[in-house]
Amino acid sequence: MDLKVDIKKDFGHFSIDMDFAFQGERIGVFGPSGSGKSSLVGLISGLRRPGKGSIILDGDVLFDSEQGIDMASEHRRIGMVFQRPYLFPHLNVKGNLLYGFKRCKLEERRITPESVLDVLQLTHLLERGIKNLSGGEQQRVAIGRAVLSNPRLLIMDEPLSGLDDRIKFQIIPFLNRVCEAFKIPYLFISHSLLEMKVMADQVLVLSEGRVIEQTTTENLARDRMGENEIGYINLIRVIGSRRLNGLYAYKWGKQELLISSGNEQEEGLFELSSREIILFKRHPEAISARNLLQCRVTDIFESGRRIGVEMDCGGERLIAEVVKEAASELSITKGGEIYAAIKASVFRRLA
Amino acid sequence: MLDFTSNDYSAILLSLKVAVTATLISLPFGFATAYLMTFKRFRARILLDIIVNLPLTLPPVVIGYLLLILLGRQGPVGKLLFPMGIQIIFTWKAAVIATAVVGFPLMVRSMRTGMESIDKTLIDASRTLGAGRIDTIITIIAPLSIRGIIAGSLLMFARGLGEFGATVIVAGNIPGVTQTIPLAIYEYTGSPRGDTMALALCIVSIVISVAVLIFHEWLSGRMSRAD
Repeated sequence: MDLKVDIKKDFGHFSIDMDFAFQGERIGVFGPSGSGKSSLVGLISGLRRPGKGSIILDGDVLFDSEQGIDMASEHRRIGMVFQRPYLFPHLNVKGNLLYGFKRCKLEERRITPESVLDVLQLTHLLERGIKNLSGGEQQRVAIGRAVLSNPRLLIMDEPLSGLDDRIKFQIIPFLNRVCEAFKIPYLFISHSLLEMKVMADQVLVLSEGRVIEQTTTENLARDRMGENEIGYINLIRVIGSRRLNGLYAYKWGKQELLISSGNEQEEGLFELSSREIILFKRHPEAISARNLLQCRVTDIFESGRRIGVEMDCGGERLIAEVVKEAASELSITKGGEIYAAIKASVFRRLA
Repeated sequence: MLDFTSNDYSAILLSLKVAVTATLISLPFGFATAYLMTFKRFRARILLDIIVNLPLTLPPVVIGYLLLILLGRQGPVGKLLFPMGIQIIFTWKAAVIATAVVGFPLMVRSMRTGMESIDKTLIDASRTLGAGRIDTIITIIAPLSIRGIIAGSLLMFARGLGEFGATVIVAGNIPGVTQTIPLAIYEYTGSPRGDTMALALCIVSIVISVAVLIFHEWLSGRMSRAD
């Protein structure tokens, strides 16, 4: 996807003035509420009209105030997944799923209903009324409906914010799978750094209607580490769940992690804050933390008043943070050896 | 008591015919007006709002008189129609127009209530799924405001059965031609020994009205169950 946006719009109490160009498939739009995320979505999708400027998607002019071009929303082929499912209440699951598909030109029907049903596991729900679906199922139907309209760009406007954490991380794999399977480039809108990390590679940071930064999600997470309440979030993907003395043992790279919030499922995804990791210069003989990893420092970076330490732990990457004084006491240097201690109870299970 | 004359029967039938025709003719206009007033922002909106709702507050006699001026042989509309051999005033068509005008705001109000309850994001969703404006109106807005459409139609039909003031002026009170139930009752009350017949026609009115209400309740019940 190649998206060029240069737009201005005055809403009276609030104005939008954005100029950016993006190439990529997994793009995040990040910012607090009131930063202009939803307005930007409305302008790109054609649901709101910019005052001035131009929007060009893959060389196709969607809007240009000078040339007097304003392509109607229904012709832009930009799919939307909203904050809530917004399924059509008078249609059943099948009717909702096929609404966009039926209106898609034959030559543009690249994605078929069968494949979407399969990826989103919706086949058994087809004939159901939408009121008889759970929140997660409804959002899956909404995703399927948008994907089946065979869009050239999918905009997901905080699609997870209406769901509680448990359902959120059930939906994320579906989102990932669907976009990967059908190669749909997307804009993922969110105010959550964690969601950004899971869903996007590049990110556009908005504030008060302006683009303040265009960066990678990794850099964004590092920059925000020092000022953020939760620090840097390490996403830990583990396999091979095994019960061990009341905890769960998983394989993570070449080592084993003990996690108290594990479960019987073979695979697991956990988040671990950079603040929950304690670093040791030498091997501590005995500690209460159940995980002690021998690591190599691969990078050191500053973020606010803190120092981020990127480490390679048996083939897996981990970021810990320490205050400046601690960093000098530990004499952390790139390439140096270090020990990371993590309590089994500080991992938060995502999936 | 049910010793109706042929004029009474034709009054009952005419009442139903006028009310049904007025309702059916008003449906597309009512829907379009309700749509404009719910979903569109334009300058003349307030003006449209006033014009549509005016018959609700104006005395029906005033409406009848204005229609008479408009549709009469010398009136701006009547002048155009007369050479074509179309006469409206003092025919049942005039009764239909009078009924439509008087009942129109009731129909529009119900439809608006139905449309206002539709979440605008559903409309946004249908647009991004490739449905144009007309497509969205037919496949999303109409089905989702169906209760308002039905309620508005029934309300207008019921109101149409009782239309008197505007009808009597623009259509007259011609037995067998433009005399509807209310006009027939009016005539009976003015004639000696007409009380019984007036009362009988009142009962017919009540029966039809109750039937409309029961039908409405039944339909709403069915629709709630279908949800």
